[in-house]
Amino acid sequence: MKKIIHKAYWNYDKETAWLNELAAKGLSLSDYSWCRYAFEETEPGKYIYQIEFLEKFPGSPESQLYMRFLEDAGVEVVATYMKWVYLRKKAADGPFAIYSDNESKIKYLTRVRNFWFAMSMMELVIGLMNLGISVVEWIYSAQSACIAIPWTNFFGGLICTVMGIVFFLTLFRPVQMQISKLKKDRALYD
Amino acid sequence: MPESSERGSLTEAVYYILLSLYQPLHGYGIMQTVGEWSRGRVILGAGTLYGALNTLLEKNWIQTVAVSGDSRKKEYVITDLGKQQVEDELLRLEERLANGRRITGGDQS
Repeated sequence: MKKIIHKAYWNYDKETAWLNELAAKGLSLSDYSWCRYAFEETEPGKYIYQIEFLEKFPGSPESQLYMRFLEDAGVEVVATYMKWVYLRKKAADGPFAIYSDNESKIKYLTRVRNFWFAMSMMELVIGLMNLGISVVEWIYSAQSACIAIPWTNFFGGLICTVMGIVFFLTLFRPVQMQISKLKKDRALYD
Repeated sequence: MPESSERGSLTEAVYYILLSLYQPLHGYGIMQTVGEWSRGRVILGAGTLYGALNTLLEKNWIQTVAVSGDSRKKEYVITDLGKQQVEDELLRLEERLANGRRITGGDQS
């Protein structure tokens, strides 16, 4: 039996934890599209889930080769969304981590960090531009007879600015801190 | 001085991947073999293994094997250059072990 849950996640660590929690109860993710999770009923704890951010889009030859390698290594590609892939492995095959040493973890997390950085900066730039436009128009209109405040620009800009800041603090910064910690460890361990 | 001995030690993952490829293996076989040899201590992540294999291929320390028949899985095997790296690493490891045993008094011989 299939079960559909609509839910939005920004933080893929929390998303992974949620998927694994459900899988432990016997609800295993079988497909994903934007904010829509499809689950199949399996025996509890059959699968362990991980989410990875690919270097290139899933359709590219590089990512195709990589995903085939994963499948050959006993990792099932459950779904892809943009550059994100939802992976699972049978729990009976042992623990499941995609990256197992410091160097490759740093390389991977840097990819994720750069993505979140670009996203937050994009939101921030669009937001501040719109706020700027609304202020300038307001000042200009104040000189004429009827004052017209461009509310669309103002609120749109405000929302984007706030989102940019939230992205930066809740998505970019934690990954940056993880990377710094791993880099310190690198002086001591593999 | 040969180039290889100027470099540091191999990472544990690279060392074990090279060792496992003294016989041709595919990705899953490498993970299994290394897991068994280290009694479950070294579990190679598939992403880590994929990155390492591509680097080793670029360096010509390993090569792919033409797989015959129906098996679509790519197999890898160590090259002479790769074997040289393992032998250099063994010398470094022996030195580290001997010094460690001597200083800590663990040398039984």
